[in-house]
Amino acid sequence: MFDLDLWREIFQSINKNRTRSLLSGFTVSFAILLFTILFGIANGLQNTFTEAFVDDATNSIFINSGRTTKANKGLQAGRQIQFKNEDFNYIKDEFGNKVEYITARIYNNVQASFRGEQSSYSLRGVHPDHQYLEKTNVIEGRYINQNDLQNRTKVVVIGRKIEEDLFLKTTALGKYVNLSGIPYKVVGIFTDDGGDNEERIMYMPVTTSQQVYGNNDHIDQISLTYNPEMNYDQALAFSSSITRKLKERFSVAESDQRAVRVRNMAEGTKAVSQMTFGLTVIILVIGFGTLIAGVVGISNIMIFVVKERTKEIGIRKALGASPRSIVSIILIESILITAIAGYVGLLIGVGVIELVAPVLEDYFIKDPGVSNSLVIGATLTLVGAGAIAGYLPAKKASRIKPIVALRND
Amino acid sequence: MLEIRQLHKSYPIGDSSLHVLKGIDLSVKEGEMVAIMGSSGSGKSTLLNIIGMLDEADSGEYILDGLPIKNLTEKKAAVYRNKFLGFIFQSFNLINYKNALENVALPLYYQGMKRKQRQELAMFHLEKVGLANWAHHLPKELSGGQNQRVAIARALAANPKLLLADEPTGALDTTTSHEIMAFIQQLNDEGKTILMVTHEEDIANMCKRIVRLRDGVILEDVKVTQVRAEQYV
Repeated sequence: MFDLDLWREIFQSINKNRTRSLLSGFTVSFAILLFTILFGIANGLQNTFTEAFVDDATNSIFINSGRTTKANKGLQAGRQIQFKNEDFNYIKDEFGNKVEYITARIYNNVQASFRGEQSSYSLRGVHPDHQYLEKTNVIEGRYINQNDLQNRTKVVVIGRKIEEDLFLKTTALGKYVNLSGIPYKVVGIFTDDGGDNEERIMYMPVTTSQQVYGNNDHIDQISLTYNPEMNYDQALAFSSSITRKLKERFSVAESDQRAVRVRNMAEGTKAVSQMTFGLTVIILVIGFGTLIAGVVGISNIMIFVVKERTKEIGIRKALGASPRSIVSIILIESILITAIAGYVGLLIGVGVIELVAPVLEDYFIKDPGVSNSLVIGATLTLVGAGAIAGYLPAKKASRIKPIVALRND
Repeated sequence: MLEIRQLHKSYPIGDSSLHVLKGIDLSVKEGEMVAIMGSSGSGKSTLLNIIGMLDEADSGEYILDGLPIKNLTEKKAAVYRNKFLGFIFQSFNLINYKNALENVALPLYYQGMKRKQRQELAMFHLEKVGLANWAHHLPKELSGGQNQRVAIARALAANPKLLLADEPTGALDTTTSHEIMAFIQQLNDEGKTILMVTHEEDIANMCKRIVRLRDGVILEDVKVTQVRAEQYV
């Protein structure tokens, strides 16, 4: 029920007591302002951490080998474990659809030259899946494909920085680059969100790399991503199952930490997201504390308001005001002041965040901001807070006895 | 109009209690103008407050216009006050941030009357007390006499059966007091029942009946020849 007269009464009261209304509004505005800014910062921190992990797929698992540290099954400690193509195929077959993408990696450093320019780059022999694991964006040409693998073609995919440095910003696609005396055709150019260093890498088919560098079937590292439908616990179980099976395969002791090393990105992601969550909780607790202080402040002022208006309330009651009408007049006034002041605080807060966002980026706070749902939630909270702040004083006002209020003083 | 039988009222003071009204019997007929007199502490204000439903008696009967007033909820008391009673106070008790018109219209607001109708009626009553030109002035912009007239207009606005006045001239000088009394007498002439608390003998003599209280009992209840206030104005 919309009672125009009630609103007229309330606006008159607010208007006639501007200082008081402004003061009580200020408390709430300030509380909401702080709350919004804190919330925005929490959001920004979260964005920063999320961003830090976008370079590589977050569901990656890296498998490395090393020397054994313990004697096992009659084999001595200090034995070098070397992955080969058959191990790569074993993992691929053994774990089937649990694996999303899988690639081998062979690391080499090469001296590359094109016409007069010369420079040293790191060269990786990879499978075609590597593109998705590393989140490589091919901007020109293509990536390594299955055909390259089979035919051991002498092709490379190079980063944009190499194109800039070695090819002096001319088009590299289709040209031949000389790697330690052997010419390779550039079939693709890529960019990588991981930064400039990631763009100073060359990729070639793993088979070509094996033939050229050592003429064997050795593999330095196996990287894979697990099926993204797996949850955190399943992912951990998956990586420990890989560890166990590989250790068995190479006759490595169960407790040997060096010989077969499986690193699951999920662990790091979890740790970071837990830390971000903890940080967010702390910030929110502080924010809510501020909010509560604001509500207590307005409640205090409303108590004072009721005290100040005791006589008026007494007069109204003598003239026939019901307790309910007294409660609603105080309550709505409180809600109105809280809601308007809170909204002003929210707007200023959002404005401040927008303004300082570029500066904050230097402090690991990226794109701080508040969502629409938060704005709506905050508005509702404000109305609720106003109601809580106003209720007790309003109840008290409705209990004022007109005879006490009207006593000549 | 008004029937009071064996009314008792006491207030607790610490461990003991103060017996303020010790069995009051009072009957007021329609159209009467009664002054309740007594020194301070005689219980005259308490009596008026109980009649005004601002306070409740401990025991005894109070019947207003055939309606027993007993065990009222706050809400019901508010409705009765609004419907039956008009209050005039010594300190006017106008709402200071509302202008004269809005003050007069307030009881009508609590009756649930529409805004337009309310303002017309309030204006009518302001005209009656001769303050139509001051309708949009705030109480602080008006003199004491004018404020009391606004208060009277407010008391009349809801067309109450009974007008209760608590020292209506207490805060006014003699000339203004007489003006106000002349006005109240005029209302009585028109048929309003008026009950007034005062401790001034000459004001009391402007009523038609004087009830004297002392220590919570009625000492004397006499009809007097009304002294008209106009002659002093």
